[in-house]
Parts: sequence; C-alpha cells; structure tokens
Amino acid sequence: MARAEAPEQAQDPTAAAAAATEVPPELVAQSLSEWLRAWLTRIRSGDSGVLPVILALLIITIVFQAISPNHVFLSAGNLVNLFQQSAVFMVLAMGEIFVILLGEIDLSIAYAGGVGAAVTVQLVQPATTKWSWWAAIIAGLLVCILIGALQGSLITRLRLSSLIVTLAGLLIWQGTMLIILGLAFSGYPSLAGLDANRQVLYNLMNGTIDPIISWIGTGVIVIAMAALLWFGDSRRRRSGLVAPPVSLTIIKIALIALISTAVVAICNVNRAAFGTLAGVPWVIPIVLAVFLAWMTLLQRTKFGRYVYAIGGNPEAARRAGINLAGVRTLCFIICSFTAGIGLLLYASYLGGMSGNINGGQLVLYAIASVVLAGTSLFGGRGKVIHGILGGLVIGGIYNGMGLLGLDVRWQFIVTGLVLLVAITIDSLSRRSATSGSVARV
Amino acid sequence: MIKDSPAGEPRFKARGVDKHFGPVQALTKVDLDLYAGQVTALCGDNGAGKSVLTKCIAGIYEIDHGQFFWEGNPVHIRSPRDSARLGIETVYQDLALADNLDIVQNMFLGRERLRSGLLHEDDMERAASKTLAELRVTTVRSIRQPVASLSGGQRQSVAVAKAVMWNSKLVMLDEPTAALGVVQTKQVLDLIRRLRDRGLAVMVISHNLNDVFEVADRIAVVHLGRMVAQGRASDFDRQTVVDYMTTGASNRAGQPTGGDGAKSGAR
Repeated sequence: MARAEAPEQAQDPTAAAAAATEVPPELVAQSLSEWLRAWLTRIRSGDSGVLPVILALLIITIVFQAISPNHVFLSAGNLVNLFQQSAVFMVLAMGEIFVILLGEIDLSIAYAGGVGAAVTVQLVQPATTKWSWWAAIIAGLLVCILIGALQGSLITRLRLSSLIVTLAGLLIWQGTMLIILGLAFSGYPSLAGLDANRQVLYNLMNGTIDPIISWIGTGVIVIAMAALLWFGDSRRRRSGLVAPPVSLTIIKIALIALISTAVVAICNVNRAAFGTLAGVPWVIPIVLAVFLAWMTLLQRTKFGRYVYAIGGNPEAARRAGINLAGVRTLCFIICSFTAGIGLLLYASYLGGMSGNINGGQLVLYAIASVVLAGTSLFGGRGKVIHGILGGLVIGGIYNGMGLLGLDVRWQFIVTGLVLLVAITIDSLSRRSATSGSVARV
Repeated sequence: MIKDSPAGEPRFKARGVDKHFGPVQALTKVDLDLYAGQVTALCGDNGAGKSVLTKCIAGIYEIDHGQFFWEGNPVHIRSPRDSARLGIETVYQDLALADNLDIVQNMFLGRERLRSGLLHEDDMERAASKTLAELRVTTVRSIRQPVASLSGGQRQSVAVAKAVMWNSKLVMLDEPTAALGVVQTKQVLDLIRRLRDRGLAVMVISHNLNDVFEVADRIAVVHLGRMVAQGRASDFDRQTVVDYMTTGASNRAGQPTGGDGAKSGAR
C-alpha cells in the first residue's frame, strides 16, 4: 500500500496540493460521496474528462429536438439513422486516435480506406471478378494495411513529417481510388443487387438483426462486461490494490446495462412509415467490436502501453528499450486498417462506392471527433471512447442540420464552431487551473 | 593496491580508463572504486568528465582503453544492456519518466509483466508498492496517479525506485537533488541512505557539497578527465574538495595530495 501517512504527507505541501487536483478521483476515494467530491474538485481544477462532450451531446439533443420539424430528432427512426451516419465518423476517429496518441497525424485515412473499400466493392461485382464478400473484405483491408505500412515506414524510418507524408497520401490515394473505381465499369460499382454476396456488404450498414436475437446478444454482452468489471474490481479491493468504491462499480455496470437496453429498445421500435422495419442494424455490433478490440489493445497490452509512453515522453520510451519505430509504424497500420473498415461501412451506407466521397471532410471530422472529446493533439492523452462520443457529436450535428433542411454549407460552419467552442472551453478551463501541471491542448 | 579498501573487494572497479571523442581526451587513466553498502560521491567541475565516466559505466559510451571489474572479475560493457545485465542502473537528471503514465506504469515501462498476453496490472501494482514501501516512499497519495501530478522529490523517488526494482547492485544517480527544495532534498538523501542500507553500491554525481558531505561515505573528484582524489569522506573537508575540483590538487595541511590517477585520503 502506498497510501499517504498523514504526518509524512504534511512534509510536502506542494505535492499534496497538486495531488488533490490531479489524482483521478477513483484512485483515492473510499466511498461514493468522497469520489463525487474528488470528481468535482478535479472538474473545477480544469480536468473535466469527457464531461464537455457529454454536455455537448445533451445540448445538441435538446436544441435539435426543440427545433426539428415535428420534433422528429428523438424519434426511433431518426436515432437509428443518426447512429448509422455517426458510425463512419466513429470508426475513422477510433483509427485516427492511434496516431494522435503518438503526437502524429494521418490526413490520408479517408482515401486510404477508400482505396480498400473500392477494391472490396470491385471484387464482388458479379459481372467481373465475383469474389466472395469475405475474401473481398480481406483483400480490401490488406490493401489498407499495406498503405499504412508504407506511410508508417516513410514516417518512422526516413523521419519524414507525418503531416506531409499523409497529405501526399491524401492526394495519391484519392487518385488511386478513382483509378480502381474506373477499372471495370463506366459507372460506379454498386452494392445494390439481389445476389446474396453483395447483399452482405449492403447489410453491413443497412441490415438488421432479429429483435429476439438482439436482446439475447445484448444480455450476453452486458452480463459478460458486468462480470469482468465486478470480479476485476472486487479482486483488486480484496488484495488491497487501488480500486474504485463498490458503489461506483455498480453505477458503471448500471450505466452499461441502461445504455445497451436503451439502444436496443430504440432499434427494435418499428421505424417504417409503412410495413415493418425494426431491429438493431449490423453496424452497431461492428462499431462495438472495433471499440472493444481497440480499447483492449490500448489499455491492456504492452503495445498500448508503449503508444502512451511514446506520446508522453519518447526519450523515456527509448531508454526503456521500446522499439519506437516498430510501435509507430504499427500505429499507422492500425489507423489505415480501421479507416478501411470505416470506408467499407460508408460504401455500404451509400449502396456502392462513389468517387465523389469527400475524403477531406471525412478526415477532418474524424480528427475533430477525437479532439472534441478531449484527446490531445500533442499526444499521450486520449481514449478510444473519445472516438465514439466525438463521432456522436459530429454525427448529431450532421443529422440535425439535415433535418432542418440546412445544406452542407451550414453543416461545415456549425461543425467548425462546435469544435472551436469545445477546444476553447477545454483550453480555458485548463489555463485557469491552479495545478500548474504540464501544458495540454 | 587500494590502501583504503573498507570491506575487501569493491563491487565495481575501473582501472586506467581512457575515453576520447575525436581529438578531445575526455577521460585519462581513470581509476574508480565503488563499494557495496557505500555511497560514493563523484565530484568535479562542469566538463571534468563526470557524465562521460557515468555513461561509460552505463554502457552508453564504450571505453577506449582500460578495464572494468565487476565483483573482482574483468567485464566488458559495450551497451546499456550489458550494464543492466550486471545489475547497474542509472537515474539520469531528466529522470526519463512519462508524465502521462502513472507510477506503476512508469516503474515497469519496457519490462511489463504479462498474463496470457495481457498486462498483469495487479501483479505489477503489488510489486511496485512493495518496492516503494521498502524505500519508505510514502508521500504519494496513490501509486496509480500520473507522474505529472508528483512533486520534484516524488518524481526523483519514483525514478530511483524504478532503478532499484530490478535487483540492481549498483545505482548511479546524476545530480539527484538539483532543482529540489529543502524538504524534497532531504527526502531524496534519506532515500539514498536507504539504498546504501540495502547493501547497494551507490554513486551520486553532485555539485552540491552540502549533499555530498551529508550522504557520502566516499568521495571521488575528477578534474579535466583525471581522477585527482579518491577516499573516505571523513578524510576530506569542503575546502579540500573545492581545491581538487578547481585546481586538481590541494595543499591544505593534513591532506594527502593527489596526482594523476593517484589515490588520496589514505587512512
């Protein structure tokens, strides 16, 4: 146990003051009330965590619900649509976060992913190659991995700037994507069609899961996550390790259960104007899978630990014997690979792969998503969940503006303003903080 | 040969070590003895060769001539891995901690313990708190707090704890009290004494003669790349050390003078 003994602590007043504001509340609190107090202190001191992005979500919801025609924003049909629209931003953001954690940036993701998605969509065309959907997806994602490896190697081995390399990539992969899309057809390759093979790709975004199966699946996932949380925390409490209070563990589990139930319940409402359309879209478990996989990778593996270490202090990482070039390259590969999944979902959403996708906008939305949710562009600070929350905010604006009939011009302006406001609040609250810790974005 | 040997064979010996960078001769025929259970202060003016000598022992530089001995046996130290294998750990002045990681994560950085491929956090946390408790580093509120939230003294303590955690036998500390306040300096000096009491050989590089006389059992002074004096701390006083540091010799009564690579401070 390394908890302070009061008399010793008094010897070092500066440390005690710094600790009161900087220590994550769950580390020192013994009870829920203590935890809440510590949490409030921390927010007042400028480290608000995901609170601003949650507030932004609430404001967006309230405003658009109030002003959207017929108050349609919170209807089941629109919420499902909103989630489908946000899914692309979320997945791209969850990839981008790996390079942002290093303090690097990848501007090429939308077109790197676009090349992969174009390959996949071309390969399943019945008029030409007729590949199975799964083989086509693997081929497309492999192409993305190659792109990531190429860009990552240029950046880490030749020490080129990631901004420049991926800016070049943005142009190169856009051209490459257009070439691939022009290969086989005069028109753009479509995923519409009655053949079961292409239907699978179309269903990634648009297909729905049978309500009964979705409830069973949700139950299994929630129980599994609850058990992991509960047994993990109580084991740590028993061994006298740092652990949150019991009530906090219960609240976390309750939140997971509540959110999952709400999402599945909303999706299982009949959202069709005529006939029946209900069920959880496939895209939700796909996004969840990406989230859980990348969260485990970042929080529970050596590789993830090294990503944070390199972002925080590359020199410390180098002296600890970490293979910096290897970890960095792998981050660029993961980023492009995840972008491949994101653009595959986008192709599915569009019902085919278009050469007109606005990749510049997609990548900026992805970066905005993670930064908005509290990830530092200087590296070392951020979580995968930021991609989900930030993606929802950007998707919410996109969706709400669409409901109001405002076109893309206004979407750009409002999204930009929200991003500015979010980072301004974040930056001001940090500057006013008296903790005097290292500067953060 | 070594007249003032306090407890038999030194844990680490350097004999006749030369190191040059191009035309610059950084170290000339340097001898150094570091004993287990003793704190040796390495003193010298800026550019005297303290850091070069330390980095040679740490394996960052390879020596040109001379020989290192580890527990009496000749050894070659060509890389940081060689020195780590012998049990030599160095705490550099910049500490090399990642601010965004917590104490446990920093202490295990690069040597994480795994269970079925995933990080074994519980095990690492237990081991880290055991080491911190043994060194009586008790002022941190939680070992899961990020290093960014620690005071200078606490950061130094974490860096030292990180170094001794790996069954190290020789710990070298580069200016451990520079930039620390009075209270924090005391914490770090106490910590250095505890390392000595655990039987480690400790080498402290320091400019600060207050600290040197407070904590050192032995003092070694380098001047322009030569070891000009080496011996028991009780055989030196402040003025002698200053003389050695600035001129490479001391004429004060009762003090043995040290020539090139000569030992002084005989009992």
